[in-house]
Amino acid sequence: MQLIPCPWCGPREEAEFHYGGQAHVAYPEDPSALTDEEWARYVFFRDNPSGPFAERWSHNAGCRRWFNAVRDTRTHDLLAVYRVGEPMPEVTA
Amino acid sequence: MTVSPLHAWTDRLAALAPVLGAAEVPFRSQLTVRVSDPDAIAATGATLGIGFPSAACTFTSGTGRFGDVEVLWLGPDEFLVTASPGLQVTIEEVLRGSLGTARGSVVDTSAQRTTVVLQGPRSREVLAHGCSVDLHPSAAPVGTCVQTLLARTGIVLQVTGDDTVTILVRSSFAEYFAAWLTDACVEYLAVP
Ligand SMILES: [Zn+2]
Repeated sequence: MQLIPCPWCGPREEAEFHYGGQAHVAYPEDPSALTDEEWARYVFFRDNPSGPFAERWSHNAGCRRWFNAVRDTRTHDLLAVYRVGEPMPEVTA
Repeated sequence: MTVSPLHAWTDRLAALAPVLGAAEVPFRSQLTVRVSDPDAIAATGATLGIGFPSAACTFTSGTGRFGDVEVLWLGPDEFLVTASPGLQVTIEEVLRGSLGTARGSVVDTSAQRTTVVLQGPRSREVLAHGCSVDLHPSAAPVGTCVQTLLARTGIVLQVTGDDTVTILVRSSFAEYFAAWLTDACVEYLAVP
């Protein structure tokens, strides 16, 4: 089974983790000012790249912390992991 | 009479000897402490008489005003304090006081998990049947404390000695864990 490196606990089995979708999707500054279309775009629309993709993951069978990972969607390789609040690192796919 | 989660398994766990010494240590006092402020962590450790672990996936132990106490790292701002049975109410009040005005919480979680101590040179090997964490002494020395999955059930695993591993398992999963452990030992039991 693939190992995912938790930024706190180190490499653990993929089964210990939960996927949380695209990372760095900012909550709207003023949600009530959004049109329905803009709100739908915030809630439902996500990037779908072929290649490196910044995602949220949760180590829910371990330290239960959320963190971010850059995953290559073509190979399922995790290119980098970083803690919440840290900037997305440069990766070479 | 209060019955421990593995009360019905006492004899079956004892029968795993000499492959494995396995026994429940029920009703331990357990308090989940959430705190991130370094000063508050230091103050809480000082109150307890046992410093909190500073490294991820480790635990500290020592003897203080509440006797033998262990402090387990569960997350960057989350710790589990374990002590002898019956002390949870006192420790909870004292720790909450030591947090002062810092943001944090102390919750009595003693009923959540029971404790099983595994002893013997096979303990790491038997656990490896269902646990993907590297338990070789070079990767998991004494003082290691990990939350992980053992045969799909969540556990807290403490390496408490060269040949001793302490498992904390949720009370409702304790019998499943005991059954799994019994099965994992089968291949080491001498054929009559
Ligand atoms: Zn983790």
